[in-house]
Amino acid sequence: MIELKSVSKSFGNTQAVKQISFKVNEKENLVLLGTSGCGKTTTLKMINRLIEPDSGEIIINDEDITNQNPEILRRGIGYVMQNIGLFPHYNIAENISVVPKLLKWDKEKTDQRIIDLIKKLHLPASCLKMFPHELSGGQQQRVGLARALVTDPAILLMDEPFGALDNVTRASIQAEFKALEELKRKTIVMVTHDVQEAFELADRVCLMDQGEIIQIGTPKDLLYNPINDFARKFLDGQRLTLEFKVVTIDDVWSYLSSDKISTEEKPLLSSSNVWDAMEKIRSVSKGKVQISNQHNEIKSVDFQQLTQAFNRYKYNNRHE
Amino acid sequence: MNEQQQTLWGFMFQQSDKLLNQTLQHLGLTFISLLFAIAIGLPLGILIARKRKLSSSILGIAGILQTVPSIALLGFMIPVLGIGAKPAIVALLIYALLPIIRNMYTGIIGIDRYIIESARALGMSKIQILFKVELPLAMPVILAGIRTATVINVGVATLASYIAAGGLGEFIFGGISLNNTNMILAGAIPAALLAIILDSLLSIIQKMDFKKLRKVLYVFPILIIVLSAFYILPSAYGSKLTAGFTPEFMGRQDGDLGLKSEYGLKIHTIVISDAVMYKAAYLKELDVISGYSTDGRLKAFDLKILKDDKGIFPPYYAAPIVRAGSLKKFPELEKVLNLLSGKITDSIMTDLNYKTDYLHESPEKVAKDFLIKNSLYKNPRNGKDGMVRIGSKIFGEQYILAEMYSMLIKGNTDYTVSTKTGLGGTKICFDALVNDQIDFYPEYTGTGLLVLLQPNPKLSKEIAHDKTRTYNYVSSEFKKKYGIKWLKAIGFNNSYALMMRQKQSKLLNVNTITDLKNYLDKN
Repeated sequence: MIELKSVSKSFGNTQAVKQISFKVNEKENLVLLGTSGCGKTTTLKMINRLIEPDSGEIIINDEDITNQNPEILRRGIGYVMQNIGLFPHYNIAENISVVPKLLKWDKEKTDQRIIDLIKKLHLPASCLKMFPHELSGGQQQRVGLARALVTDPAILLMDEPFGALDNVTRASIQAEFKALEELKRKTIVMVTHDVQEAFELADRVCLMDQGEIIQIGTPKDLLYNPINDFARKFLDGQRLTLEFKVVTIDDVWSYLSSDKISTEEKPLLSSSNVWDAMEKIRSVSKGKVQISNQHNEIKSVDFQQLTQAFNRYKYNNRHE
Repeated sequence: MNEQQQTLWGFMFQQSDKLLNQTLQHLGLTFISLLFAIAIGLPLGILIARKRKLSSSILGIAGILQTVPSIALLGFMIPVLGIGAKPAIVALLIYALLPIIRNMYTGIIGIDRYIIESARALGMSKIQILFKVELPLAMPVILAGIRTATVINVGVATLASYIAAGGLGEFIFGGISLNNTNMILAGAIPAALLAIILDSLLSIIQKMDFKKLRKVLYVFPILIIVLSAFYILPSAYGSKLTAGFTPEFMGRQDGDLGLKSEYGLKIHTIVISDAVMYKAAYLKELDVISGYSTDGRLKAFDLKILKDDKGIFPPYYAAPIVRAGSLKKFPELEKVLNLLSGKITDSIMTDLNYKTDYLHESPEKVAKDFLIKNSLYKNPRNGKDGMVRIGSKIFGEQYILAEMYSMLIKGNTDYTVSTKTGLGGTKICFDALVNDQIDFYPEYTGTGLLVLLQPNPKLSKEIAHDKTRTYNYVSSEFKKKYGIKWLKAIGFNNSYALMMRQKQSKLLNVNTITDLKNYLDKN
C-alpha cells in the first residue's frame, strides 16, 4: 500500500505539486491523469525518490520512504517510462537482468525468469541477444516492461508507458497489458494524459491540475459525478466512448430482454464493458452475441437491444 | 630526386640506432604524458559533468594553457622541474588535457537523460551509473578526445628535444640548424608516420561497436602503459658533469665532433635548445654549455668562457649578406649598411645582448640608444622609394642588428623597410634570401663557410681559423654560387664557446677546454 500525506514539491518558483494526499490500495491500479505540467509525473517520481519532496510524507507498506536507502527502495519498485530508457550498450537479456544483478540473483534463476517473462510478453527468444536499436518501438516497450517485472516487485510505477507508441501498437499492447496475469497482483501507479487509456486501465483515476488533485475516484465516479466544471470539461468530447467503456453488461443486465437462442459459441462474460460487447456484435455475421453473467444466466443481444439498454441505464442513472 | 631519396634512406640506415632510439623516446614521451593526462583529465571531466557550474572555469583554464606557445611553456618549466623528461612530460600533459577533459565532459552530458533516469530508477548507485552506463556510452567521445590528444602530443613532442628530453625533434632541429635536409626528413617523416598510424589506430577503436569495444578497452590501458615504458630516460650518466649542447652544435665539426676528436673530451651530453640552455646552466641543471661568445646571458647568468686552447672554434664575424639584385634595385643600400661596419666590438655586442636578453629592453630601444650614442641616428625620412625586406634569425643579437639596419635605412634613404625577424634558423633565413623573400640578413662567416657552403673538410679546416681567408672565401663563393654579396664585417666575433658557471670554474680550477678534459679524466 502506498500513501502520500500532504506532499509538496517546487522547482525554483514554480510549485509543481501542492499538498497532495492519496492512498493506493494493494493490487489497485491508480492512474494519475492530467494535462502536461499538472504535476502528475513529479508525483509519480517522488514515490521512488527520483525526485525528493520538499515536505510531506510518503509511506509504502507502513514505512516512511525517506528513511530508506533510495537505491534499495528503487530496486524493489518496478519502473516503466515513456522513453523506455533501455541501455543502448546492453543487449536485451542484459537490459532485463540489470536489477537481478543488482540484487545478486544467481544467473540460472535470472535466465529462467527472463525466458518465462518474454514468452508472456510475446517477445521472440531470438531478441535476447539483440541490441535495443534492432527492435521495434513496441518490442522495446515490452522489454521495458519485462525489465520492470523481472524481479516481480509488488509495486509498479509507470510514466506514460504507452505514450511513445503509434495507435495500433498502443492498442494491442494495452490489451495485452490488461490481460497479463502478472500485473493483476501488483499495486500500480500510472501516469497518463490519455483519458481513454486512463479509463481503460484504471481501478481509480486521480485527476490532477496545476499541482492539485481535482477528483479521485472510479472511472464511473468521474464520468457520472464530476466534482466541478474542470472535471466535467476534461472528459467532454470523449464522453460517449468513455461511457461505453465504463458501463458493463452487468450494469445494463436488467434492461436486456431474455430472449435466448442456443448456439455453439462461447458466451461473452457480462463483466465486459458495453464497448467490447458492441465490437463483438459487429464482428459476428449474424449480428447477435450471447452473454452470460456470474449466475450462469445467458442472454442473447444484438446491437439495437444493447444500445437501448444502455440508454435506459443512463437515463435512470442520471435521476438517481 | 632519386638520388636524394637514396641518400635519405642511406642516412636513415646509417643512423638507424639513433632513429630507433629517438622514435621509441618519442612514443614513450607521447604516451607517458597521455597516461597522466588521462589520469587527470578524465576525473576532471567527470567532476565538471557533475558540477556544471565548474565547467566553464575548468575548461577555460585548460583552454588558456593550451594557447601558451610550446617553447615558452617548456621555458617556464625549467626553474621548477629542471630539464629533461620531467618538464617535457608536464608540458605535453598540459597540451593533452583540454581535449580529454572536454570530451569526457561532452561525452557524459551528451548521454540521453532518459537513460540516466532509468539507470537511477532501476536502483543503480552513482558509481554504478558512472561505470556501467555513463563511461561506456561516452566512450566513443572520450576516445575521440584521446585521439586528438595523441596526435597533438606526437607533434609537440618534437619540441621536447629543446629541453633535452630526446625524441625525433633531435633530428628535426639538428637538421634545420645544420642545413641537412636528410636529417630533417629522418626526424620529420617518422614523426608524421607516428601521428598518422596512431590516429588511424585510434579511429578504428573509436568506430567499434559496444560489443567489440568492451574487449578492446581492457587492452587499451595496458597498451598505453607498455608504450609509455619505451621512454627510457636518457640517463647514461658517464661523468660527474653534464653538458648541454644545441642540436646544431652536436652535429658540427667545429662543435661536439671537434671536441671529441681534437680534445678527446668525454662528457655526458644532452641535447637542448639554445633558448633554455643558459638558464639551465645558471640553475645548475647543466655544468657545461655550448654558447655564443657575445651572448648577453653570459653576463646575466655569470658564466665563464673556457678558453679554446686548441682553436677548434673558427671565428664567426657578422656581416650583412645581400642579394645582388637588391643592391641594384636599391643603389644606396650598400653604403648605408656599411655605416655599421667596425662599430660593434665583442664586448659592445655582449653588452647590447645583455640589455635585451636580461634587462628585457626591446631590441628597438637598444638599437636606437646605440645609434644615438654613436651619432648614427637620423629621424626617418618616410620616403617612398620601394621597400627593403630585412631578415633575421631567431635570437636577440639578430633582432638588434635588424632594428639598427632598419633605422639606418629609414634615416638615410627614401626606402621603406619591412622586417621579417625571427626566421627559424640559418637554413630558413638563407632559403628566404635565395628565394627573394628578403633582401638581406646578418650572417656569420663561420656559418657561411661550414653550414652553407660546406666545402671539403680539408679546405675548411685549413681556412676556418683565419678570419680574412674565411671572409674572402665565402665572399667569392656566395657571389659565384648564389649571387649574394657579403658586405663589410660589423666587427664582433660571435663564435661558439664552451661555458661554465664562474663559481664552478673557479672551484674546479677549470679555465680552458683542456683543463675540463683533464678534470673529467681524473674523476
